Amino acid sequence: MSVMKPLPRWADLILLPFINLCTAFFVCGIVVYIIGENPWEALLVMLKGAFIYPGSLGYTLYYTTNFIFTGLAVATAFHAKLFNIGGEGQAYVGSLGILLATALFAPFLPAVFVVLLCIICSAMVGAAWAFIPGYLQAKRGSHVVITTIMFNFLASSLMVYLLAGPLIQLGQQSPQSDLIPESAQLASFETFLGLFGVDIASSPLNLSFVLALLALFVFWVLIWKTRLGYEIRAVGKNQDAANYAGINVPKIIIITMTISGAFAGLLAVNEVMGVQHRAILNFTAGYGFTGIAVALMGRNHPVGIFFASLLFGALFQGGAELDFEFQSITRDMVLLIQGMIILFSGALAYMFNPALSKVFSRITKNGANDD
Amino acid sequence: MMINKSIKTSGGDTACYILELQKISKSFGLVEANKNIDLQIEAGTIHGIIGENGAGKSTLMNILYGLHRANSGEMLVNGARVKIKSSADALSLGIGMVHQHFMLIPRFTVLENVMLGSEGGALLSKGRISTANKLKELGQTFDMEVDPYVLVSDLNVGMRQRVEILKALKGGAKILILDEPTGVLTPQEATQLFEILDKLRENGVTVLLITHKLAEIMAITDNVSIMRGGEMVGHRKTSDTNPQELAELMVGRKVLLNVEKPKAKPKEIALNVRNLGCYSSRGHKVLDNLTFQVKSGEILGVAGVSGNGQTPLMEILAGMRKPDEGYFEILGKKIDHETKVSPFTMRENAIGHIPEDRHKHGLILGFEAYENMVLGFHNTEMTGEKKLLDKNHMLKHTADRMDEYDIRPRNPKLLASSFSGGNQQKIVVARELYKNPKLLIVGEPTRGVDVGAIEFIHKQLIQLRDQGCAIILISVELDEIMGLSDRILVMNKGQEVSTVNGDDANPKDLGLMMAGISEEASN
Repeated sequence: MSVMKPLPRWADLILLPFINLCTAFFVCGIVVYIIGENPWEALLVMLKGAFIYPGSLGYTLYYTTNFIFTGLAVATAFHAKLFNIGGEGQAYVGSLGILLATALFAPFLPAVFVVLLCIICSAMVGAAWAFIPGYLQAKRGSHVVITTIMFNFLASSLMVYLLAGPLIQLGQQSPQSDLIPESAQLASFETFLGLFGVDIASSPLNLSFVLALLALFVFWVLIWKTRLGYEIRAVGKNQDAANYAGINVPKIIIITMTISGAFAGLLAVNEVMGVQHRAILNFTAGYGFTGIAVALMGRNHPVGIFFASLLFGALFQGGAELDFEFQSITRDMVLLIQGMIILFSGALAYMFNPALSKVFSRITKNGANDD
Repeated sequence: MMINKSIKTSGGDTACYILELQKISKSFGLVEANKNIDLQIEAGTIHGIIGENGAGKSTLMNILYGLHRANSGEMLVNGARVKIKSSADALSLGIGMVHQHFMLIPRFTVLENVMLGSEGGALLSKGRISTANKLKELGQTFDMEVDPYVLVSDLNVGMRQRVEILKALKGGAKILILDEPTGVLTPQEATQLFEILDKLRENGVTVLLITHKLAEIMAITDNVSIMRGGEMVGHRKTSDTNPQELAELMVGRKVLLNVEKPKAKPKEIALNVRNLGCYSSRGHKVLDNLTFQVKSGEILGVAGVSGNGQTPLMEILAGMRKPDEGYFEILGKKIDHETKVSPFTMRENAIGHIPEDRHKHGLILGFEAYENMVLGFHNTEMTGEKKLLDKNHMLKHTADRMDEYDIRPRNPKLLASSFSGGNQQKIVVARELYKNPKLLIVGEPTRGVDVGAIEFIHKQLIQLRDQGCAIILISVELDEIMGLSDRILVMNKGQEVSTVNGDDANPKDLGLMMAGISEEASN
């Protein structure tokens, strides 16, 4: 007997975010207009800068890769109604897993195994970093939001200490580690496609993009196809009922946080193995936090997360281009756009829901038959 | 139609109706919640409105109270046509409402809650004094005194409801609407409420009682109107009708209020509870030295005012909680404080558990029906034989159960929250009975469930019993306990007061025992 009918799935998943997005861009357009630039032109420059100019697509997808990993981290936790703010720190320490794996295995194992082990270790260290807040939440009731934020700072301090101390490249002033051995470096798309005779512009895009796509698929299977995923969602939707069903709620909380941290840890694969080829200071650059917006906008669904990541990747890349082309527009405009997107697709995500559902109930008049 | 404008055209006939509704209709989108409702309420009476969940009772009352606007129709208060656009309008016309879920602020005192909305000026002290006086006066007139300086959070449910009523009366309500007032009350509290309603009637307050419980209508009302599917299907003088007729009007077909129950044929002991005890998280003893047995093929009813240890008992038997003292044996398996148990292992031991609160425990409202149909069994072949969840298998399993239990609408992909209370409960029952449990723990199986579904669920329980299942039934509805149980164990403060045969039980004795007075002492 409720007044509002729920939207069809596709509308909720695609149409509503799209409308929110357009609203965000519209508001930004107004700001651009007030500054004295042509909003339409600015949009075109951004689109070109993100997709058309040589190498720009590569950059966009490189950013996308990072956002996919951190977006998945947030989304996994969110399915158990846990808010993992610690993607930043988990990704940061993930690099230690890679450094450790290269030190242990690179001297005697072939490249394929070294790469695999590096990937596993980065995920494991990220997972371990999230395990502790998960454990504290499950067994001690310390709120995971607080602890994961604290663990970001811990990770940051730890990495500064390590990169400026024990792990610093000998004879260097800047806080960064040694280059990792070549066997652990991931081929860029440029090199990789070059093997098949395809020539593309140079960009940091590397094979971790494939890993990110794989992670999306793994996430989908995990959440919707496995019994573990069922239990995670059950805990997220109703802990009491989960407990009644015999699901070990604390255990699921810990497992979920661990998996969440593993996804975040994979970000280090892109940055350390694919681009920098060493751990540098602050390579996470806020990706962990943007991951929250990505998951929010992507509705914790792999398809949504992919497109949200792509969007934020394009914003990062295209925004830089804006700064380039327009005198009065600085890079901060990207922050504004991001902020607007988060505002409209996060905080005001359901603002257009009532209107849209009215439209739909008018269209699907025959669909309504109660009882 | 429109000529009848003046107040007393039809003589004394209209004059004695304090409230009259003419052809009220209301639809939400395509759903017609109210169709051409006519209703006449005599002043100074208790008028019951009865109907199943979703019959449109609450919509009608919300229209009356100004929370919804009718699409068409007329409302007359004291014979004068009125338009009620908001609850403020309703209050000024002397219509007050006590909602099913209380609208009180727990952290405020009774006084603060009652004066909310009529604080009277920037400084509180003046309003506080006058409200306190008014509260005292009302309390004395209607025999419902409440300490005005107690925090509402410290009051029990019955007292909170009292505060709600006082709040409405303080606002000058002459017509009081009570929406399912006993849904949250223990039998004792319900009795007290009825005493208050009686007092209100004596003092000239008109009461509109919305309920789906036949017993309440019969016990307290003067007149009753019956709703079904958004329409008024009948008006009766309570003294001229009977529960059977009302039930048939409500459901639209013949219903069995008391399920036929053949004599039980108890066999071997299925559940053996010995000296069971447990403590609350605050260290109070909530179960105390409880010893009883349930045999296969019998129903043991556990009666008691809610909060006297029934919940922990159920939780322990279902494996959701560990016993602190004593032990119990289920089908020969001993379980005590040391035993590792979980609800999952208990289900593997062929135990079914229909929890007291289906929204809190029994269902995940944000899950679709098919996902709920495997809750707790998701690690069994119910989700398919494969490593991954087999969605088609689950959908088919659910569709089959929906056919078997007549769960409507028959859509396994519908969110659990979209089903009516009765159908939600049927989902839980279907799930818990599917594996043919040897022991079934049932809590409040028909709470918030309409008459038709009650009949169905009761039949299922009897049938299961006759197939040799041991059933332990916990309910605060004495009628239900007496109607179904072969033996009745009465609990008070976590202890057994007495156990009586189902055939020998009567409400009066049970009520005394529930208050902690054992049979021997009362004789």
